Amino acid sequence: MTEFLAMGGYWPWVWGSYAMMAGVTAVEIAQLRFRRRRLWQWLQRMARLSRQEER
Amino acid sequence: MTASLFALLQRDLVLTLRRPQDALTVAGFFVVVVALFPLGIGPDPEVLRTVAAGVLWVAALLAVMLSLERLFADDYRDGSLEQLLLVPLPLALLVLTRTFGHWLVAGLPLVLLSPLLGLQLGLEAREIGVLMLALLLGTPILSLIGAVGAALTLGVRGGGVLIALLILPLYVPPLILGSGAVDAVMHGSSAQAHLSLLGALLIFALVTTPWATAAAVRIMLD
Amino acid sequence: MSRTRIQWFHFTAPANFYDLAGRLIPAFALLSVILFAMGLYLGLWVAPPDYQQGDSYRIIYIHVPVAWMSMFLYVLMAIYAGIGLIWRIKMAEVMAKSIAPTGALFTFLALWTGALWGRPTWGVYWVWDARLTSELILLFLFLGYMALHAAIEDRQRAANASAVLALVGVVNVPIIYFSVQWWNTLHQGASITVTQAPTMATIMWVTILIMFLACWMYSIAVVLARARTEILERERRARWVQERLESEKP
Repeated sequence: MTEFLAMGGYWPWVWGSYAMMAGVTAVEIAQLRFRRRRLWQWLQRMARLSRQEER
Repeated sequence: MTASLFALLQRDLVLTLRRPQDALTVAGFFVVVVALFPLGIGPDPEVLRTVAAGVLWVAALLAVMLSLERLFADDYRDGSLEQLLLVPLPLALLVLTRTFGHWLVAGLPLVLLSPLLGLQLGLEAREIGVLMLALLLGTPILSLIGAVGAALTLGVRGGGVLIALLILPLYVPPLILGSGAVDAVMHGSSAQAHLSLLGALLIFALVTTPWATAAAVRIMLD
Repeated sequence: MSRTRIQWFHFTAPANFYDLAGRLIPAFALLSVILFAMGLYLGLWVAPPDYQQGDSYRIIYIHVPVAWMSMFLYVLMAIYAGIGLIWRIKMAEVMAKSIAPTGALFTFLALWTGALWGRPTWGVYWVWDARLTSELILLFLFLGYMALHAAIEDRQRAANASAVLALVGVVNVPIIYFSVQWWNTLHQGASITVTQAPTMATIMWVTILIMFLACWMYSIAVVLARARTEILERERRARWVQERLESEKP
């Protein structure tokens, strides 16, 4: 396992690449989720408000 | 048709001649930027000679880019750009005429100034000839591509900075070919390949970019 | 023929697109996870180290797919932008806008992995290699597209103007690529070439291909998700959005 993690001494470059890939995709997915959730909540609040006004 | 295009060109040129400081600012910027490089790099003639072509070309790119905002912006503000849309001629042709006027004012002075600056950086006569030829073929490309960017940023907040981001990446091919031509002569080979490709690029830009600029003007005036 | 055509246009209506995308996203996401797992297993465990570069060459399994992806995404973005501009199809505009951030991310990843691969291979993080330089310019093109889109307030005008920019850009990409390639060979000779990759064994090709497919599936899922949010924002006053709001969870 240690041998695998060491990557023949090239671990900073190899894992640095893969970690950045993982990090960037994770951030993108999180940002998308956050944006969608916020928009959804806002839309629901607006819908509720307009229903109250109708009454 | 030629008459009205000529009238448009004449109007543009008269307007510039009435305010010559605009054209002079562009040329002055070009000279100042080139003059700053030796101060940054050091006065070693050998080094300056090696970087001369690149420095002159980058300075020319920046000078043309700075002058682009005026291509349509004044007419956009006072509404005469919308009248241009009413002219019963293809908008691409009108835009091409306007771009030609811009090149006469912003691009041509750079070509004429370049031998002087080339001498200062230690270029030899043959190299200066190629430099002028390359700039003569290349600066119209800069104006043509720049016109697309100028049209796309009409009425946009912070358009001046935005135009740099939009246009400078597209300036890479003329930059490579133009400074490469001078480098080629400097290393004793022929600049013909570079200059031919630059000419081909100019023709391609002449045929294609006016349409893109016209489309952009229409979109931004919509 | 005419029937397939009608079905195709069915999905250019925002509500139908929204529902279809909602159903497709989990499928593409799952496929992408499976393919990534396969590719990483093959690339990091199964494939043997290279006889020249040792284990450092394993960066190739993300560098190459990610670099391909960035170029494909730019072309795809330009195609959607063109469709939106010419045929006035709103969903195409939404797709073009949604592709840009993912494309920029992949371009950034290609540069990052290229730099980290360069260090052990050439001893420096950055060389003005033709591919890296083109990739850098591609990043600027993506950023310019996004900046223009963000700078124009009117939504329709923003979509049209950035579509023109994307089309001008896509015409320029091959010109830029070839001029950079040419510049590179003239200035550096053959001293540094990335083409001098280790001899490609079958397992390397297979792994690269799997990772490439994984990147595609990921991009499709993410782009569709972004497009969905974008549609909600645009159509927030439409009746179908109100219906979805009552029945669906975010």
